[in-house]
Amino acid sequence: MAAPRIIVVGGGLAGLAAVIKIAEAGGTVDLFSIVPVKRSHSVCAQGGINAAKNLKGEGDTTAQHFDDTIYGGDFLANQTVVKAMCEAAPGIIDLLDRMGVPFNRTPEGLLDFRRFGGTLYHRTAFAGATTGQQLLYALDEQVRRYEAEGKVKKYEGWEFLSAVLDSKGQARGITALNLRSMELKSFPSDAIIIATGGIGAIFGKSTNSVVCTGSAQSAIFQQGAYYANGEFIQVHPTSIPGEDKLRLMSESARGEGGRVWVPRKAGDARPVKQIPAAERFYFLEEWYPKYGNLVPRDVATRAIHKVVYELGLGLEGQPMVYLDLTHIDRETLHHKLGGILEIYEKFVGVDPCVEPMKIFPGMHYTMGGLWVDFNQMTNIPGIFAAGECEYQYHGANRLGANSLVSCIFGGFQAGPNAMQFAKNATASEGNGCHEKEIARQTEINQKLMSNQGGENPFRLWRELGQTMTEHATVIRYNKNLQRADEKIVELIDRYKNVNLSDRSQWANTSFAFARQLKNMLELSRTVVLGAMLRDESRGAHYKPDFPDRNDEKFLKTTKASYTGDVSGPRFEFEEVDTQYIKPRPRRYDAAK
Amino acid sequence: MANKTVQFEIKRQASPESPAVWERFELEWRPGMNVISSMMEIAANPVTADGKPTTPITYDSNCLEEICGSCAMRINGKARMACSALVDNLEQPIKLEPLSKFPLVRDLQVDRAVLFDNLMAVKAWVPVDGTYDLGSGPRVFPQQQEANYPLSNCISCACCMEVCPQFNEDTGFVGAATIAQVKLFNNHPTGKVFKEDRLRALAGDGGVQECGFAQNCVEACPKQLPLTEAISDISRDVMVQKVSDWLRG
Repeated sequence: MAAPRIIVVGGGLAGLAAVIKIAEAGGTVDLFSIVPVKRSHSVCAQGGINAAKNLKGEGDTTAQHFDDTIYGGDFLANQTVVKAMCEAAPGIIDLLDRMGVPFNRTPEGLLDFRRFGGTLYHRTAFAGATTGQQLLYALDEQVRRYEAEGKVKKYEGWEFLSAVLDSKGQARGITALNLRSMELKSFPSDAIIIATGGIGAIFGKSTNSVVCTGSAQSAIFQQGAYYANGEFIQVHPTSIPGEDKLRLMSESARGEGGRVWVPRKAGDARPVKQIPAAERFYFLEEWYPKYGNLVPRDVATRAIHKVVYELGLGLEGQPMVYLDLTHIDRETLHHKLGGILEIYEKFVGVDPCVEPMKIFPGMHYTMGGLWVDFNQMTNIPGIFAAGECEYQYHGANRLGANSLVSCIFGGFQAGPNAMQFAKNATASEGNGCHEKEIARQTEINQKLMSNQGGENPFRLWRELGQTMTEHATVIRYNKNLQRADEKIVELIDRYKNVNLSDRSQWANTSFAFARQLKNMLELSRTVVLGAMLRDESRGAHYKPDFPDRNDEKFLKTTKASYTGDVSGPRFEFEEVDTQYIKPRPRRYDAAK
Repeated sequence: MANKTVQFEIKRQASPESPAVWERFELEWRPGMNVISSMMEIAANPVTADGKPTTPITYDSNCLEEICGSCAMRINGKARMACSALVDNLEQPIKLEPLSKFPLVRDLQVDRAVLFDNLMAVKAWVPVDGTYDLGSGPRVFPQQQEANYPLSNCISCACCMEVCPQFNEDTGFVGAATIAQVKLFNNHPTGKVFKEDRLRALAGDGGVQECGFAQNCVEACPKQLPLTEAISDISRDVMVQKVSDWLRG
């Protein structure tokens, strides 16, 4: 029998991790990515990667990492898989180290670790403040090695459009669009791994990269896959507001001692240096003495919101607070945080070693995603998912520096499991599933290309982003969520009148974007309606009308399925696996 | 009073075979705007300064944080990343052109695949035995990490190749980025197992000796890689390798 042929969609950490495992096990991979894989969004991760290596004599354990992760996620994550991830993490760090990631070192030549949010241990390995970039490059290099050996074929500049399903509903390949020639083509495979990252673009401006539209997840969702916990969206407490995006200011700035504050007096116009310590309100340190500036992200984000919108203490009346590093010496800052300080200086024009940074929360991470089983397989046989595009490792809130480890771990699971599935797969049921799917996609493309309406897709997208950011991020009210859903329904209707100002058949970015936009619109309803149904507050999901966690009713995974009906997705709830750690109240104002 | 505006002149080319034309755009000024946010604005309202409907600009971009390396182009004649090109710091009209040393795709989009091919040719990776658990990696002292980390910051934007007078079809020069990666992997305790292969790959035509020491690369690099230092180190290593290969016969 020929070696199993697996398609991996997405070349960030999760996708590349899967590719490496498959190639190593003798499989053949077709790797699809919109951008050259070395330019994937994983490069943006800054602060580090968690593993309980206990190299600082603190008695850290993988059990402690497991507990911090479950507790930080407000008990919504299935515990079996999280436990396995935390136990595998130290080995993953060792592997990355062997691959040549230039991690920061101790004087003895060992890995250095820093602190991060939601834990009291030094558990985060890091390479300056560009850890994601360094990790992605290490995996990219290993994949290039397999590419040189002919085990991996890259399709960079191709965008996934849909899965090809046979008459029994099993995946038999994909359709994809060549973003230069605009050629539509189907590719056969024995199994598919979706590793397409987060859905930031649904919120207009976010810390995510341009390609993070959730389009692939949405396409699979519309083909019958469950989308789970869509309502859980992480808003990072410290981002730099910008015209084109919100740039992340890493949690590592606080991990290395950064302090968040505002002047105690509203509208205090004095230069920063002239505000004495007693007149500075270090609200995180006052409200959460145990964790201080290193409370989990949802907690910090809500605190900043409160300071700005309830107490009216935003800097100069603007929605911004200080993130202050100026008490730390310049050399230490450059050694440990160089990359991110450079970003701030470049994009804001102010040296953060001299003046405190001005920051505000921004949409950052998608905890929810494609529903998968413990083998990383969706409910569509033969389609697996790994990384940010699936739902299972972070519950209701992700801890900082857990994303890189979950991406690599998820990819390492999905790869071998997809191989196993492919080896056992029977021959395709019925003929012509590829032709049928190509015909369906051709129809969509032709309709879009010839549409004569008055709507510009980029402007529709802005309206979607504004609605989502306003009603479905930090603070949620049912009546506003209802309004947001009505708005999305209106946008879906107006989408029918999309008129492309570019109708050419060569590198037509408007066309590709308009296809993504339809998928964004459909997926955004799972976020909004999922949030509406969940009448409680848990992790990143906060409703002032229901301020407490309600385990009796909502210690459950939300599962949305597509109906194609204007009433929106159908929702059901699934029990959460809590067999190892009994849910207990989550609070960060005291030791847990 | 009329609102403050920003003027752009953008070189458009519908396909590699099409003629190049310049289009002018006038956008409303907003605080903090950069070249990418300006092109997003044009996409939402694709009309030239003369009021003529046009198409959104085709260009590469992704992270918008100057770390993915996508959005390199020539801005007012200078090869740089568009996301970090703040409008307030640029002379107007702001002229946007594609990189000139790579095959044009459309408008400001070019094909830089040659850089990834070069990285494959020099085996820019650490040959690990496998991904199974083999314990911790080699010890690396902080001084060594500090020397290697800057080289590992290369974002493959290809600005160094664009500005290099020697990077052209005649020489077939690999360019500074690839040479810096050779230094990085030759420095690694495990990566150096391929040291000789890498040096031999850079010994012939198009190799390190094509460098004419113009030093444009190190000035253009948005990540301040020590490129000229890497080139001179690798030149020396290539020379030593050549001599030792000759002695061995």
